[in-house]
Amino acid sequence: MAILVIAEHDNQSIKAATLNTVTAAAAIGGDIHVLVAGQGCEGACNAAAKLAGVAKVLCAAAPHYEAQLAENVAALVVANAPGYSHILAPATSYGKNVMPRVAALLDVAQISDIVAVEAADTFVRPIYAGNAMATVKSADAVKAITVRTTAFEAAAEGGSAAVENLAAGADLGLSKLVGRELTKSERPELGAAKIIVSGGRGLGSGENYHALLEPLADKLGAALGASRAAVDAGFVPNDYQVGQTGKIVAPQVYLAVGISGAIQHLAGMKDSKVIVAINKDPEAPIFQVADYGLVADLFAAVPELTAALS
Amino acid sequence: MKILVPVKRVLDYNVKVRVKADGTGVDLSNLKMAMNPFDEIAVEEAVRLKEAGVATEVVAVSCGVAACQETLRAAMAIGADRGILVETDVELQPLAVAKLLKALCDKEAPQVVICGKQAIDDDANQTGQMLAALMGWPQATFASKVTLAGESTTVTREIDGGLETIELKLPAVVTTDLRLNEPRYATLPNIMKAKKKPLDTVKPDELGVDVAPRLATLKVAEPPKRSAGVRVADVAQLVDKLKNEAKVI
Amino acid sequence: MRESMEFDVLIVGGGPAGLAAAIRLKQLAQDKGTDVSVCLIEKGAEIGAHILSGAVMDPRALSELIPDWQEQGAPIKTAVTEDRVIFLSETGGRQIPNALLPDSFHNDGNYIVRLGNVAKWLGEQAEALGVEVYPGFAGAEVLFDEAGAVKGVATGDMGLTREGEPGPNYQPGMELHAKYTLFAEGCRGHLGKQLEAKYKLREGVDPQTYGIGIKELWEVPAERHVPGLVVHTAGWPMDSATYGGGFVYHLEDNLVSIGFVVGLNYTNPHLSPFEEMQRYKTHPEIRKYIEGGKRLAYGARAIAAGGLQSQPKLVFPGGALIGDDAGFLNAARIKGSHAAIKSGMLAAEAAFDALGAERSRDELAAFPEAFRTSWLHAELHKTRNFKPYMKKGLWMGSLLFGIDQNLFGGKVPWTLHNSADHTALKPAAECEKIAYPKPDGVLTFDRLSSVFLSNTNHEEEQPCHLQLKDAGVPISVNLAQHDAPEQRYCPAGVYEIVQEEAGPRLQINAQNCVHCKTCDIKDPTQNINWVVPQGGEGPIYQGM
Repeated sequence: MAILVIAEHDNQSIKAATLNTVTAAAAIGGDIHVLVAGQGCEGACNAAAKLAGVAKVLCAAAPHYEAQLAENVAALVVANAPGYSHILAPATSYGKNVMPRVAALLDVAQISDIVAVEAADTFVRPIYAGNAMATVKSADAVKAITVRTTAFEAAAEGGSAAVENLAAGADLGLSKLVGRELTKSERPELGAAKIIVSGGRGLGSGENYHALLEPLADKLGAALGASRAAVDAGFVPNDYQVGQTGKIVAPQVYLAVGISGAIQHLAGMKDSKVIVAINKDPEAPIFQVADYGLVADLFAAVPELTAALS
Repeated sequence: MKILVPVKRVLDYNVKVRVKADGTGVDLSNLKMAMNPFDEIAVEEAVRLKEAGVATEVVAVSCGVAACQETLRAAMAIGADRGILVETDVELQPLAVAKLLKALCDKEAPQVVICGKQAIDDDANQTGQMLAALMGWPQATFASKVTLAGESTTVTREIDGGLETIELKLPAVVTTDLRLNEPRYATLPNIMKAKKKPLDTVKPDELGVDVAPRLATLKVAEPPKRSAGVRVADVAQLVDKLKNEAKVI
Repeated sequence: MRESMEFDVLIVGGGPAGLAAAIRLKQLAQDKGTDVSVCLIEKGAEIGAHILSGAVMDPRALSELIPDWQEQGAPIKTAVTEDRVIFLSETGGRQIPNALLPDSFHNDGNYIVRLGNVAKWLGEQAEALGVEVYPGFAGAEVLFDEAGAVKGVATGDMGLTREGEPGPNYQPGMELHAKYTLFAEGCRGHLGKQLEAKYKLREGVDPQTYGIGIKELWEVPAERHVPGLVVHTAGWPMDSATYGGGFVYHLEDNLVSIGFVVGLNYTNPHLSPFEEMQRYKTHPEIRKYIEGGKRLAYGARAIAAGGLQSQPKLVFPGGALIGDDAGFLNAARIKGSHAAIKSGMLAAEAAFDALGAERSRDELAAFPEAFRTSWLHAELHKTRNFKPYMKKGLWMGSLLFGIDQNLFGGKVPWTLHNSADHTALKPAAECEKIAYPKPDGVLTFDRLSSVFLSNTNHEEEQPCHLQLKDAGVPISVNLAQHDAPEQRYCPAGVYEIVQEEAGPRLQINAQNCVHCKTCDIKDPTQNINWVVPQGGEGPIYQGM
């Protein structure tokens, strides 16, 4: 049994999401091959070859793979699919774009966004925005899968796989890249941030919110969020709001400052990997979900935390 | 130019999901259903293209039980010209829906299909891409801006960390992201008019499509409850835990 | 300019009363071979979304409206098999022998229903008969013609900004004109309130008096479930001077409906109906039914309890009040859906006859006349003294009502009177604080996790639908004198006093509102005016 992992990369290097996907492949079990489709992608290939557990790296280099648009990449994957029992990609905007195309061309179902591997044909995936977990079994010969990256550890380095060149397919000429505009703002966007510093009504005012949380967020490279109470109180605009009626986020770290943790707020951030709460009320519901809770006056604790991170 | 918009009937966004006690699925009996919000954005975009004189006809399609007619009426209340219901009681999975849509695309020959990027029930995020693959068409997923001009369309897509603009040859499939537009409120007169717009019903076997599911759902469970972690004594201990235990900073 | 449309009859509100009226009109038209255009609007996102009731239903009126409701698949399945009335002390309870109970407490032949599901089904029946049913549209404004008669309503504008200016998605409301408009908004309808004032419909009658009912739906372990069992309780946790009581109704499918009603004439501003409901569930007589179960849904609604002597004049030029908009509920029988349906039917019959006589926008005098000779009037007359007796306290009230009903069969020569609930609150300083237990997250919960289960939702970018006549009063009067009772009587956590550097401030979380109307009723100076938010918003109750 061999498993093909479609790498997400920028030609020079492998994106972190690929590392989690390799770990998911290892959980299924079998020889793991990583496909790097790109142009001038030796750097990415070499990085993939160093991952522990990777048996082989397949490198397909051609100008029409440079932008890694779905049409050509999917065709390449399908052409090289024979022999693989599973094809995996990260459930990122890249993997979600490519993989269903692959599945349809292979006439197999896709299993989206898996968070656990129960057996080689059985997986757990969230449905209804994570409010229910479905265990699904695939009857197809090839399992096309996207992997929720936060559910699997990153694969470590330590491998030395061979890099094998793959013949490129023809350019389908269906689509072309006009441009990419990566967000350059120092502050990552709430929906995409790895770390979020979020403030609640405990901050008392908009001035306090900015004075206390911005330096901390700067230190952490974090996005800024807020509870509905803070938005309602006018500390920050609507688009800062995390929660049922705001944005649903799942960062690596969610730092809740002066947020009591109303259920509407929890509904928007409970899938965060690590939740940290700073609140002076030891009874605040936020502590029921926090991995690390600090009962303290935030006006002292937050500056101290900011300083400690220097 | 004809635009086809698939719309899905799902549990209303505001209604809380409840996993059935026997673990066989999610309880949907007698609950409020509504159009998938991303599909509403798709209908709105298509109707705006028609209002701008770019598109000539907007056809809404829904696949599923007879009650999906309501979803089609809702699409027509936003401004779709007619509806097609592919009626079946079989549980439809994305590949089957993509095949049904392909059969309809072969018949209707739209230049653009605009889909929601995912349905808020199964969260699959597959149908649009699968349809594009089956048709041999290009795709632009997660669109936040769509411009149609002549033989091609330019679409700005939301990708991790920013935006990407691509140009596609028509016909093509576009899937919508949240920021593409904000759907209008359907007005009473338009809801009344929608009741009189044409709505055709076909069956999957009339389209020659095998819709049998490929994935079996073995179990549906509530997500594991997050439990309280540890209380730290002070900031120093918090930093230590985050650095050395959780290894997240 | 708003667009307008004409109908023969417009009905505002898709509950049992409004839907029964709509169905009856179409039935009469069918029987006579004529056509009547009927439009019904409902502010909830679907029919039933804003319906919340116990509920034990007396099928009498429904059987008159749709005699074969059983064959038609009405979701009315669980016949009452047993009635229990229990007086609770803090730790125990004494069941009242059924022989001693007034007739009004007997439920033989009645059904335990999820009234929202019944309404949904009635909505389907109405649509099948050709009624134009439009959920998601709120009646925001009454329209009058030059002669001063009601000529219809306007639906609310959509897409206004917080400041009330048209936003990017602005859609103006629409005028719906009709020969007759029936108002069926339920208890304390905000248009009904305006009509009562404009046409002086309350002249010569007692003030309406209300209760707030808080209800939860539970799925319980099969061994705790007794389908058809109806439990009513009085006593704990209310003190004997405060009118209130609870219910536990065992529905089908291991579902149990549990609720608590507090009379809004309570005097202690520290009282919190929400917390009374929460601690009610911990009583041994109650927890035995729900322990090990799971709470599925939560909601709250004010009910009109004043009975006949608090009923306003029912008609005015161009329309009528029906159902609980006119206070048809029978508080002694703890049910009102049969009365709502019957009142809707009677109004429909009057309107149909008027249309047949080519009349329009006059007073449907035949409706109150028909009511006066109906079984419904007889029923309400018999129990008219229930709520006033209860003002005398639980024990004395029960005794007096028992004598009234059991010895005199309700035919006592006196009628007692009601007073307005908002005048009842005493200064906080004169009243004892109530120490409510903390929620345990198993049987008892906090407000916000409860509101979560009402599925309520409001677009944040719109004018606040809880209007203050005077922005200073919440602090200068409510907080100063009554310790801001709105923080406690609101079952949805809408009202919060926030301490800021500049002093205390009332924060209104309008998004949480479950449209129960308690604030509009109980605010001590009637400073809060509840108006409709955008159509389709508010709770989305699923069979409550």
